[in-house]
Amino acid sequence: MNGRLFSVIGGVFLLTVCSRGDDGAARAAPAGGAPASASETQAGATITGKVKFTGARPTNPRIDMTEEAACKAKYKTTPPTAETVVVNANGTLENVFVYVKAGLPADAKYPTPATPVVIDQDGCRYHPHVLGIMVGQSLEIRNSDPVLHNIKAKPVKNRPFNVSQPSAGMKTTRTFAASEVMIPLECNVHGWMNAYVGVLPHPFFAVTGADGSFSIKGLPAGTYTIEAWHEKYGTQTATVTVPATGTKAADFTFAAR
Amino acid sequence: MHWWLPPAASTFAGPIDGLFLAILIITGIALVVVEVGLLWFVVKYRSRPGRKAYYTHGSTRAEVIWTAIPAVTMVALGLVSNHYWGWMKQPDRVPANAYHLGVHAKQFEWRVTYPGPDGALGTPDDFTVRNQLHVPVDQPVAVELSSEDVIHSFFVPEFRVKQDAVPGMHIIAWFQATKIGEYEIGCAELCGMGHYKMRARVFVHTPEEFNAWMAQQVAGGGTE
Amino acid sequence: MTSVAHATPAHGEAHHAPMSFWRKYIFSTDHKIIGIQFLFVSLFFLLLGGLLAMQIRWQLGFPGKPMPGGGILPESMVVNGVILPEYYIQLVTMHGTFMVFFAIMPLLVGVYANFLIPLKIGTHDMAFPRINMWSFWLALLAGLIMLAGFFVPEGAARAGWTMYAPLSARPDLSGASVGQQLWSVSIVVLGLSSVLGSVNYITTIINHRAPGMTWFRMPLSVWALFITAILAVLALPVLQGAAIMLLFDQTIGTHFFDPVAGGQALLWQHLFWFFGHPEVYILILPAMGMVSDIIANGSRKPIFGYHSMVFAIVGIAFLGWIVWGHHMFMSGMNPTLGSTFMVSTLLIAVPSAIKVFNWMGTMWRGNLRFHVPMLNAVAFVSMFTIGGLSGIFMAATPVDIPIHDTYFIVAHLHYVLFGGSLFALFAAIPFWYPKMFGRMMDERLGKIHFWLTFVTYNLVFFPMHIIGMGGQMRRLYDPTLYNFLKPQQPLNEFITIAAFALFATQVIFAFNFLWSLKKGKKAPANPWEDNGLEWSLPNPAPHGNWERVPNVYRGPYEFSAPEAGNADFLPQHVKLATDKEPAGRLER
Repeated sequence: MNGRLFSVIGGVFLLTVCSRGDDGAARAAPAGGAPASASETQAGATITGKVKFTGARPTNPRIDMTEEAACKAKYKTTPPTAETVVVNANGTLENVFVYVKAGLPADAKYPTPATPVVIDQDGCRYHPHVLGIMVGQSLEIRNSDPVLHNIKAKPVKNRPFNVSQPSAGMKTTRTFAASEVMIPLECNVHGWMNAYVGVLPHPFFAVTGADGSFSIKGLPAGTYTIEAWHEKYGTQTATVTVPATGTKAADFTFAAR
Repeated sequence: MHWWLPPAASTFAGPIDGLFLAILIITGIALVVVEVGLLWFVVKYRSRPGRKAYYTHGSTRAEVIWTAIPAVTMVALGLVSNHYWGWMKQPDRVPANAYHLGVHAKQFEWRVTYPGPDGALGTPDDFTVRNQLHVPVDQPVAVELSSEDVIHSFFVPEFRVKQDAVPGMHIIAWFQATKIGEYEIGCAELCGMGHYKMRARVFVHTPEEFNAWMAQQVAGGGTE
Repeated sequence: MTSVAHATPAHGEAHHAPMSFWRKYIFSTDHKIIGIQFLFVSLFFLLLGGLLAMQIRWQLGFPGKPMPGGGILPESMVVNGVILPEYYIQLVTMHGTFMVFFAIMPLLVGVYANFLIPLKIGTHDMAFPRINMWSFWLALLAGLIMLAGFFVPEGAARAGWTMYAPLSARPDLSGASVGQQLWSVSIVVLGLSSVLGSVNYITTIINHRAPGMTWFRMPLSVWALFITAILAVLALPVLQGAAIMLLFDQTIGTHFFDPVAGGQALLWQHLFWFFGHPEVYILILPAMGMVSDIIANGSRKPIFGYHSMVFAIVGIAFLGWIVWGHHMFMSGMNPTLGSTFMVSTLLIAVPSAIKVFNWMGTMWRGNLRFHVPMLNAVAFVSMFTIGGLSGIFMAATPVDIPIHDTYFIVAHLHYVLFGGSLFALFAAIPFWYPKMFGRMMDERLGKIHFWLTFVTYNLVFFPMHIIGMGGQMRRLYDPTLYNFLKPQQPLNEFITIAAFALFATQVIFAFNFLWSLKKGKKAPANPWEDNGLEWSLPNPAPHGNWERVPNVYRGPYEFSAPEAGNADFLPQHVKLATDKEPAGRLER
């Protein structure tokens, strides 16, 4: 009686604990380099626009990397500055995450791309600073610095993670199971390092670059709520109706505070 | 290859190293007595044909002697140690003229806040530097320790100074550096995966160099 | 040989119907079987602890270099053979945890309290045999729960075996959630195992001594196990309480230890070390007791100062409750408390010194036989002395400032736990092996194992004093990042190589242990010519021990007594013409 009870309990115990986590040794195929594009379909409509910035251009504080010589050495001409507010030469705002917040058919399912989105730690900075990824798509985190970085993700809806990469060339892959805008990433060894990840169940998102523009392609006809997110200036929405094909414009303007 | 304590660079090092040496001598004597004694017995009293052991249950006199000598030694050691301990750690013994700095430990860096030109911490001209501790030589420095998250420990080996930085507590650790040079802070309490990376540099300056560095920091504007 | 009436072989089995294999060997309530179960399981955990240590030493000796065999570990721990920082801190945490809770403690107490107490005090079994059985199975369960930590998402607990909060309480700060919780759960279960066992040991010793076995005729091994059991029954519940509070902080939103919402980080340290210091005496007292038995045997002389030895055990145990703050001198605790804890800590050196001198006194003018148990027991005295003396450095609070949380502490704790407790086990295991298994371990292999272990062990741990003085902190993934540590790196490399040699040497012990189970020389009833009651029984000792418990006529160490005649030993149960019958003889 004793023996049988024990075997049952022991068996159940072993079955429950012998499960590897969802983030085990999975490695995505090496990506081509550029982050996954916003959409993969050629058909459909496009929403495009610019995120403008008005007001006095703020100065971003310098980053003192003296205590991490290997990273400081990568900045030969221009010393690194924080990326909180990056205003482009043409008066537009970089690193704004623009995405479709509402309006897609409720039962629509979009295939998860097989190629991973790559985020690289180089010169003790995250490249890119803001990125978008689909639910279930692999985020490949690379370390191009010969120093320890730890990548700490602090999501609310997803499972947090905190992994270290002590040397150059290391790659770690993670995926996000739930939609969440935005998940902060930080490095605890280099307190100035941060990045933001927007996780969506669809491919209709973009990040503004050096020209401040965004382009969301492949949308079916309909009326959509588009949101623009900036890490300091918050969010703004716009409603855009698109036909089956063609381009519609939607601009945003953030003001200095 | 270093075989001893690190080179002394603060006023604490003399008494601590002296006490270390005294304990080394005392324990060294005890060690020699025991180990040589054991070796001697092992050789001299090993079993040989015809030998018989000496049947005895002990000696009260021996017990008294080898209880009293260690006890007296330990009490003396305690008294001497406590004298220095109070000087180094009691909050009311922090020198009144100490230069106060803030050191805020967090995973995985040391944020050092300097009082700025007005010399007072907690005023708008304070500025914070990451992972660099600059202090003037021959001047008491009081480090006001705090922690953002978990327990860390502020440790500069050459200064013989160590103090845990505990979240929720404000603890002062003071020292007086005696040698110009560059040293390091190591974190001496496991604080997570980046514990080993919590290194900061310590600069002991002449008063002129220190003031020059301070002026340069104030002029250069804040850093991230 | 004097004419000695041999005890008739017991026929305990006559009292039971024939038992199935499962009842006899697996779910046994026989204290001897339970002791042997603890032995096999604990030796497994000792091996596991050693494997964890080898990985730690690899990283310290060759930081960042790919570890041979690292490829079998998952990418969450090792990448391209290189140990990751978060795995390294799991290694140091689990090495300490497994060694303290699942190797040394159960080897000393789970094995020898269970096996020896009824045999050495002259009774059939423990007072509560079924509770005793539960004590083993709970310990095994706790060990499996702890082991499971390596297999859950994010991995095992990683805040050091001392599990300081708030790092241990906050998964967002440590990176581990389930693993940390499993540590707490495992400790609560283990604490229960320990308390149940201890209740048995205490009750049995108080109530079930054979007629004539007065308190001051008990062997020192039994005294030590008795006092240890009292320490355990009082200390483990404190740890359990702390672990439950930690578990609540980790799971249901309490903040006992997190100042974020009114808790106090130092509270964990006080609770942990209030348990933790008596715990280290739990880890050494049984070793001291067994070493006393073995040194008296090897010297063919009574223990020098038996009463002092008993008082020293009691003194260590008593003082052990009021020294815990010496682990917290740098913690931010009021410095005045630092002074008081320094005093009590320096004083506890005194009873330990008394014991060392009494062991030497026992050997003095003895007729020393260097069988394998005696070799290891003498090494215990020698190594424990080093460990105890190094403790004085850290007891002196100003000196603790540079050496706290450095390898000087690591050297100290390994000198007392390995040089002390483990060498005592290397003495005890072959000594009582014949009583457990009916065969002798091989003497020559034992001697080779002893010498190789003694040499490599000192080459590993003595240099740690030096790198600790140099400032190398504990739990440090890569010392070469620091200018003040770079010069010492050759010594780290040396220690690593010596550690590999030390670990490899243990293969000899493992082989000897396992091989001798079937192929060892069949043992006579009393191969060491010892005085303990257990040697009056055949090998292996039968279920129920004696049909009728023996009378006890004298103390446990009457070696070379004049009354012994030509023999140089005189067992406790042997009646001489001049002996009177003891009082209190019951028919049992």
